[in-house]
Amino acid sequence: MNAFAALVARDIRIALRQLSDTLMVIVFFIIAAALFPFGVGPEPNLLARMAPGILWVTALLAAMLSFDRLFQNDYEDGTLELLVIAPQPAWLTALAKITAHWLTTGLPLLVASPVIGIMLNLRPDGYGVLMAAMALGTAIISLVGALGAALTLGSRRSGVLLSLLVLPLVIPVLIFGAGAVEAVIGGFPATQQLLVLGGMLLACVVVCPWGCAVALRMAAE
Amino acid sequence: MEGFTGTGLACIRSDRIVFAGLDFAVSSGDALVLSGPNGSGKSSLLRLMAGIAAPAAGKINWQGRPVRDDPEGFFADLHYVGHRDAVKPALTVRENLSFHAALRRGDAHIDTALDQVGLSALADLPARLLSAGQTRRLTLARILATPAPLWLLDEPTIALDYRSVDRIRSAIADHRAGGGIVVASTNVPLGIYDAKTVDMTAYIEGNHTLWGDSVDDYSAGDSA
Repeated sequence: MNAFAALVARDIRIALRQLSDTLMVIVFFIIAAALFPFGVGPEPNLLARMAPGILWVTALLAAMLSFDRLFQNDYEDGTLELLVIAPQPAWLTALAKITAHWLTTGLPLLVASPVIGIMLNLRPDGYGVLMAAMALGTAIISLVGALGAALTLGSRRSGVLLSLLVLPLVIPVLIFGAGAVEAVIGGFPATQQLLVLGGMLLACVVVCPWGCAVALRMAAE
Repeated sequence: MEGFTGTGLACIRSDRIVFAGLDFAVSSGDALVLSGPNGSGKSSLLRLMAGIAAPAAGKINWQGRPVRDDPEGFFADLHYVGHRDAVKPALTVRENLSFHAALRRGDAHIDTALDQVGLSALADLPARLLSAGQTRRLTLARILATPAPLWLLDEPTIALDYRSVDRIRSAIADHRAGGGIVVASTNVPLGIYDAKTVDMTAYIEGNHTLWGDSVDDYSAGDSA
């Protein structure tokens, strides 16, 4: 557990010292979402109708920018070899990297999303469920993305390959995440969608760190 | 047999047999030096020994038990220093060492280790400011910060000045006096006394591929 905390603390510390990498993801999120009013026209009703979908799609694309460097530095400087032969379960090491990734990417996206909601004229009753669904959704994206990052580690053009691998896998998150917000705005409860997201999160917590650990071991060889 | 042993080890890298039929045995307090020209498989053998890569054939035993049976217990007993330094430029010297110590078991002695490699005065500097030799010393401080009976060192003296080489030599001697085992690869004489030697040239499979073609024929066929 000591090693788990040390790994999370180290990744957060590096993220804070190299703040531009973290900010780049958030700035991309805001700029990409800001393009929509220019593209489809600034009509408030139209934007309000599209807001949940735009928020989820742009958050997903912004998160993709962060995965190529998740394991890349550790792979290049030899830290990955040492993580693989550290005396604790490899899935715990992978889970520590994923936790740090969520805290440095998922959480900032979560915090920025209501700001973009205001910009896109999202209805006031949608914010509570938007935050809840985003909290679950970004965690799932971190887990699935880390698995993709570990699988593509060491291959050429891994950033593109990673997106091709991960984006189709997170379509369910997009459907239920945007669906939850739309349901609440339409006057229905969003319990079902949130429960499905919660279920997907639990499944990913079981499968992804384990798969990630196997892929990292193969990459270190 | 107690100690660290390997029998019939083979290593294959992208269809090429690097070495085959390699045996080694080191017991408590002993040292093993791997010698041989560049590309003879010294680093590959150390990576097999550390459990980073799996051998294509053969067995490795630690204290009489196959390492495959209890990898975590084996990993807890070893320190591996590869040819890459695993130093994060954004973190300070002390933060780098503390992180690696936290990954290992046992009490960490960060300040003692930094003192031993002569980096105490630089402890709070970002590691990106270190020279190549200082970075290497920080890497070697890892093996002094937490206790482990088995040291696997890949070219430990690379980029070091003669004073640092002396420090490493005495650290290795102390470790052996305490019953520890050292396996080191080197191109230059390390000055480790009574060390056994594995000469990698004896195990090179004549640059043959898995299919029996020599590598030269293979590449010629490839380009044709």
